[in-house]
Amino acid sequence: MAKAHESRRKERLDRGVKVRSDGVYAVASWREMAFLLGPRLLLIAGLMVMPLVLWPAPYWQKVLTIICIYSLLAIGFDFLAHYVGLVSLGGALYIGVGAYISALLNTEMGLPLWATIPLATVLGGMVCTVLLWPCLPLRGVYFAIVSLMFPLLAARLIEAFDIFGGTDGIMGLDGFPNKWSEMYVLIICLLLALFALRRLVNEDVGLVFRGVKDNDQSVKASGIDITRYKALGVFIASSLGCLGGACLAHIYMWAGISQFALDFSIIPIAATVVGGGGTLAGPVIGCLILVPISELLRDFGTLRIAVYALILMAFIVFKSEGLMSYGARKYNQFEHWVEI
Amino acid sequence: MDILIYGVINSATLALMALGFTLVYGVSRLPNFAHGALYVLAGYICWLLLNRLGLPYILAIALALGLVAVVGGAMYQLILVRIRGMSISEIIASYAIGLAILEGLRWGGLKGGTFTLPAFLEGSVDIAGVSVDFQRILVVVLGALLVGLLYFFVNHTRLGLALKGMAQDERAALTLGIDSDRMAVASMALGSLSAAVAALILLPLGSIVVEAGYHVLIMAVAVCIVGGLGSWTGAILAAFVIGFAQILTTAYLGAHFQVVVAILAIILTLILRPSGLFGKQKELEERV
Repeated sequence: MAKAHESRRKERLDRGVKVRSDGVYAVASWREMAFLLGPRLLLIAGLMVMPLVLWPAPYWQKVLTIICIYSLLAIGFDFLAHYVGLVSLGGALYIGVGAYISALLNTEMGLPLWATIPLATVLGGMVCTVLLWPCLPLRGVYFAIVSLMFPLLAARLIEAFDIFGGTDGIMGLDGFPNKWSEMYVLIICLLLALFALRRLVNEDVGLVFRGVKDNDQSVKASGIDITRYKALGVFIASSLGCLGGACLAHIYMWAGISQFALDFSIIPIAATVVGGGGTLAGPVIGCLILVPISELLRDFGTLRIAVYALILMAFIVFKSEGLMSYGARKYNQFEHWVEI
Repeated sequence: MDILIYGVINSATLALMALGFTLVYGVSRLPNFAHGALYVLAGYICWLLLNRLGLPYILAIALALGLVAVVGGAMYQLILVRIRGMSISEIIASYAIGLAILEGLRWGGLKGGTFTLPAFLEGSVDIAGVSVDFQRILVVVLGALLVGLLYFFVNHTRLGLALKGMAQDERAALTLGIDSDRMAVASMALGSLSAAVAALILLPLGSIVVEAGYHVLIMAVAVCIVGGLGSWTGAILAAFVIGFAQILTTAYLGAHFQVVVAILAIILTLILRPSGLFGKQKELEERV
């Protein structure tokens, strides 16, 4: 058996349609266009139809909105980790900041919902960027550690100083007019963010980001201020998280300390690893798998965090490419055994 | 006077928490995010042995130390060695292990009631008019002893010298027949051991709670960043800086501000001296 293994190996070849549709001939035939657009349309159509499919199950419609919020956070994490090279272990900070800003704008200044969410997105992104700015010169490890501390500290500070409603949180926010607007606002934001980010990482600025990740010294040597680019990356990622946080606050009509909870930090990371790091669409798939699991495990309390942690560990060690890269390989290539 | 005494005790506490973390990072360049979890795990194992199996305290301590060291080594050998050198994966995987341990304990073990370990020595003594209990004095004494022992181990034993060699130049160490994977396992076991030692010395002062895991990780990291990651002298000095800063803020500003001290220390360090008090970025430095 062992010998049989040695004398053959797996050969992978790109499918013809993939090779043809890679170049400028992509629009030569319907078949190739379908090949290219298929997976993208599947995701878009799938997400758009999902609320209707879940019509009879209002509870799972709620879960769908939560999935979208986690997905926003997860693509932000993926972008930051695999394109800018900053591992942010504290995604809860973004959710919390977004939630509190929109809550304050809504209850203190009386701004309506359609103004608070965009404002919270931009302002929240700025606040998070300013908070993390001193840590930006740090390389991966150090940044990960410091970003882990922020949500824990933010929760403790709010508790200790009894600001922003203390442990009770801020109540009485405006809710969405109805649950359909709730779901579709989030789904459309998610799709826009996903495709915009995929576009962005292939633009010039995306090249600089990847340069910062792979070799920051050489980017520096080219006369580019890497801290500014890192700040830009953090701003983009944290804005996405704050958008999610703002929506979350309006959905629950409440902002509180539990929005700095560990779940918001760990699920996006797990989703990214399960779905496939660096693919941006992978984290969304990861969230579609993990968040329902998390809902099913809700009765077991914190055991669910332990469960994701184990899933996360298993994927990172045994299947580190993730589902998305695996799927993309099967879709684009065929493989067969060849004798050596 | 009490500021001085409690400052020293607090600093020794922080130094104990940070030693294991800086040891592992120094040798194998692995940021061990499961450090806090190992700390809590040691306390819990000791509590189980003591209360469920009714073992004598000394035996329970020895067994808990041994078990945690084995867990740490096994964690490296079975899981982390496969992703060695991929820094993003290393961070995420060790963090995941830590979370699994901590949240698993919160769910399965540490709930309902308080879990406390008895103090090694009861009673207290007056030092210059301040009453200090024996356990806190032990923290300082044992902390100093641990630092001394590790220093001796690293500079005067074969294994220690091998670890030091690997920390300085892994390739050169390989050419001299030092197996870097085995050394990394050894460093991880040693790091876990010192987390366990810290836990068993410090936990009798309070109770065993899951939050301690996060707290210890954060403090260890704060000390290591301020001191310069991987530098021992730096870490000990930083423990004193942060330790006294905490005690001073508690005394003059109120206990609420204590949580801010660590992050403020990190941010100030990063702005003023990014490589830490003793970190020398461009020089060949001794990391063990």
